[in-house]
Amino acid sequence: MRKKLLAALAITVATTLSAAGCGGSGAAGGGNSIKVVYWQHLDQNDKKQQKFLTTMKTSFEKAHPGKKIEIVPVTASENDYYTKIQLMMRSPSTAPDLVYEDTALINSDIASGYLKPLDPYVADWADWGKFAKAAKSAVSSPADGKTYAVPDDTDTRGIWYNRKLLEKAGIKTPWQPRTWDDILDAALTVKKKLPGVTPMNLYTGQAGGEQSVMQGFEMLLYGTGGAGDSLYNAKTKKWITGSQGFKDALEFVHTVYGENLGLPKSAALGANAGTEVGTKLMPENKIAFNIDGSWMANNWLETGPHPWPEWSDTMASAAMPTQNGQAPGKVSMSGGWAWSIPAKAKNPDLAWQFMKTLKNRANSTAWNIIESTTAVRTDVAADPKYLEATPTNKFFTSLVKYTHFRPALPKYPQVSNAITKAMESVTTGQSSVDDAAKTYDQDLATAVGSDSTAKGN
Amino acid sequence: MESAAASAAAPVRPSGGRAGQSLLRGLPLLPSLLLLAVFLAGPILYCVYDAFTDAQLTGAAETHFVGLDNFTRAFGDPDFLNALWLTLVFVVGSAVVGQNTLGLSLAVMAEKATRPVRSLVNGVVIAAWVLPEVVAGYLMYAFFYQQGSLNDVLGMLGLPRQNWLYTLPILAVCLANVWRGTAFSMMVYSAALNEVPRELVEAAEMDGAGVWHRLWHVTLPVIRRSIMTNLMLITLQTLSVFGLIYAMTRGGPGNKSQTLPVFMYQQAFQNSLIGYGTAIALVLLVVGALFSVVYLKLLKVEED
Repeated sequence: MRKKLLAALAITVATTLSAAGCGGSGAAGGGNSIKVVYWQHLDQNDKKQQKFLTTMKTSFEKAHPGKKIEIVPVTASENDYYTKIQLMMRSPSTAPDLVYEDTALINSDIASGYLKPLDPYVADWADWGKFAKAAKSAVSSPADGKTYAVPDDTDTRGIWYNRKLLEKAGIKTPWQPRTWDDILDAALTVKKKLPGVTPMNLYTGQAGGEQSVMQGFEMLLYGTGGAGDSLYNAKTKKWITGSQGFKDALEFVHTVYGENLGLPKSAALGANAGTEVGTKLMPENKIAFNIDGSWMANNWLETGPHPWPEWSDTMASAAMPTQNGQAPGKVSMSGGWAWSIPAKAKNPDLAWQFMKTLKNRANSTAWNIIESTTAVRTDVAADPKYLEATPTNKFFTSLVKYTHFRPALPKYPQVSNAITKAMESVTTGQSSVDDAAKTYDQDLATAVGSDSTAKGN
Repeated sequence: MESAAASAAAPVRPSGGRAGQSLLRGLPLLPSLLLLAVFLAGPILYCVYDAFTDAQLTGAAETHFVGLDNFTRAFGDPDFLNALWLTLVFVVGSAVVGQNTLGLSLAVMAEKATRPVRSLVNGVVIAAWVLPEVVAGYLMYAFFYQQGSLNDVLGMLGLPRQNWLYTLPILAVCLANVWRGTAFSMMVYSAALNEVPRELVEAAEMDGAGVWHRLWHVTLPVIRRSIMTNLMLITLQTLSVFGLIYAMTRGGPGNKSQTLPVFMYQQAFQNSLIGYGTAIALVLLVVGALFSVVYLKLLKVEED
C-alpha cells in the first residue's frame, strides 16, 4: 500500500513539474529566450557559422541582460536540412524563433504559411535601405508583395581552374572559354595530357540536390538560346517543357559523363561530391577545372575545413560562357541565404532584435569576409575591406551583372528535384537525352499542373 | 509491422467464468489498448486520411481532399512501378531466399558442429543482427564501395575490382540485408530443430535415409510451422527496410535500388508531397498484408 502511495505521489509530482515546465516555456513567449536554427554542414570541420553565431550570441546577451539566445545547429545534407526545418516550423512546439533559409525555398515556405511577414519590423529599421534591391526581391513574395526575410548573403557562379594543371596540359592562361565547346576541348586536352587528373567537375544527380541543379544544370540552361526563359517564362507564367535548350544542357551533362571528363560516376552521384571536390580533389591538384560557386575559397582559408595557403597562386577563375558565345557572352546564377522568423515563433520581437544585430553593417561585413560570400548590403559591397579580403571577391562580384535568379516560386523545389532526376538518368546512361527530357516534362506537369506548362522552342 | 505480426498470435481466451468476471480481468489491458489506439491506430488512421489529400510539406498552405488521385498517379508512375518491382526483388531475394535458406543451413550445420565452432558462428551471425540498421548500412557501404574491403579482397585474389554499388546496387543491398538478417532465421530454426524428436530422426536413419532425405522428409515437415512464421516475420521486416538502403545507395544510382520505403521518403520529404508519400505507404501496408495472408493460408493448408 505504501509503495502504491509513493508511486502515485511520484507520478503526481512528475506531472505537476512537467506541466509547470510547459507553462514556463509558454510564459517565455513574452520574451526572454529565442531559438536560432541554422544548417551545420555534414563536414564537421566547417564550424565557421557556429563560431560566428556564438560570438553574436555572447555579445548580444551581454548587451541585453536577462535575454537568452539558443543556437541550434541542424546537422544534415542540404535537402534534409530543408525537410527538417519545414517539419520544425509546422508545429508551434518546435518552431524556432529565427531560421536560416535558402532563398530558393522562401516562396514555397511562404505559401505554406510557415513564415511571418517582416514589413512592420523593417519599416522602422534604417539599415533596410542599404540592402540591394535584387536581394530584397529574392525574399519577398510575388503574391502579396510582403517581405519575409532579411537576406544574409548572395553568391555568383563561374569556373574555378587550376592554373598550373592547365599550363601543364598546354592550355594558355589566363583561360576564358568562349563557348561550351571550348570547355569540352579543354577537358579533352587535360584528359589526354594529364592521366590521373580529373579534367572537370560538373555537379550532377539526385544526391547533390540543389547543388546539381544550380551549379550544374542551370549554369548551362541559362546560357542557351532561351536564356532567362528556358525554365520558366515570367511573362506568361508558364513552366517550359521540351525546349531545345533543356535538351542541349542535358546533352552536355551526358557528354561530360559519357566521355569520362568528370568524376567517376559513382563519386559524382554520391552525396559527398561537393565536399570531396572542395576539400580534397582541388587542393590536391587532381581537378583541372570546376564549375562552382564564388564561395569555394572558404574551403581553403585558414578558418576553413581544409586550409590551403597556396590556393591563391594556384587557382584562378573564369566566367561561364554562353552555349555558342552569344550575347551577353557570360552567364552566372545567384541565390543566397536569408534569416526568417517563422509564423509560429514564440518570441518574434526578441528574434527581430537579434536579427538587427546580426545584419548590421559591421557584422554583415565580418560575416561576408568569413564565409567569402557576396555582400547584399550595398555599403558592404563597396567596402575595400570586403573587396580585398580574398583575391576572388572582385571577380565574382563583377559577375553580378550577368547573373540570373531562379524562379522563386512555391513549386521550384519540386521542379528542381525533377531536374536532378533527369540529370542522373543521363549521367548513368540509364536513359537517352530525349527520354530524360520527356520524363522531365511529365514530372514537371505532375508537379506544377499541366495547365501551368507551355511548350518551349 | 512487428506489432501487427505479434497481434496475429493466438488470442488469450478467458477460461470460462461469468461475463462480468472476464470484463474485470480485461481491465488491466485497458491502458495498453489505449496506448495502442493513440500511438498505433491514430497515426495509421491519420496516414490513411492523408493518402487521400494533396497535403504538402511546403508549397501549399491548404490541403484538399483528392479522392483516389494519389493512387491513380502512383500506378501510372513508372518510378513507382519500378520501386514496387524492386521491393519484390528485395524481399524475395534477400528474405525469402537469402535469409531463410542461409538461416536454415546454418542452424542445421550448427547442430552437428562442435561447441566452439557453434558459438563462434552464432557470435558472428548475431553480431550483425544486433547492429543498428544504419550502422550496418555504413559498414556495408564501406564493404561494397569502390575502394572498399570487398574489392581489396578481390584485388588480392587477382580478380577484377567491381563497382558494386554502382553497377548492381540491388544485389549489393540484398546481400547486405542477408548478412544483417540471417541471424534471426538461424535462431528461429535452431529453436525449431531442438523440437524435432530424436527417435524420429534415428528411425529414419535406421531405415537407411540419407542426410537429404532425412531433412526433406522428416525435419522440414516437423518444423513447417516455424518455417511459415519465420517467413512471415522476415518478409514484414524486410519490406520496411529503409536505413540500410538509404545509407548504402540512397536508392540510386538513378532509381536502381529504390524500393518502396526509399521512394516514399523521396516523395514525401524531398519532393514535399506528403499526401502522395502516405499513399505509397498505404500501398506498402497492403503489400505486407498480402504476403501475410498468403503465408497464413499456406500454414492453414499445411495444418489440414
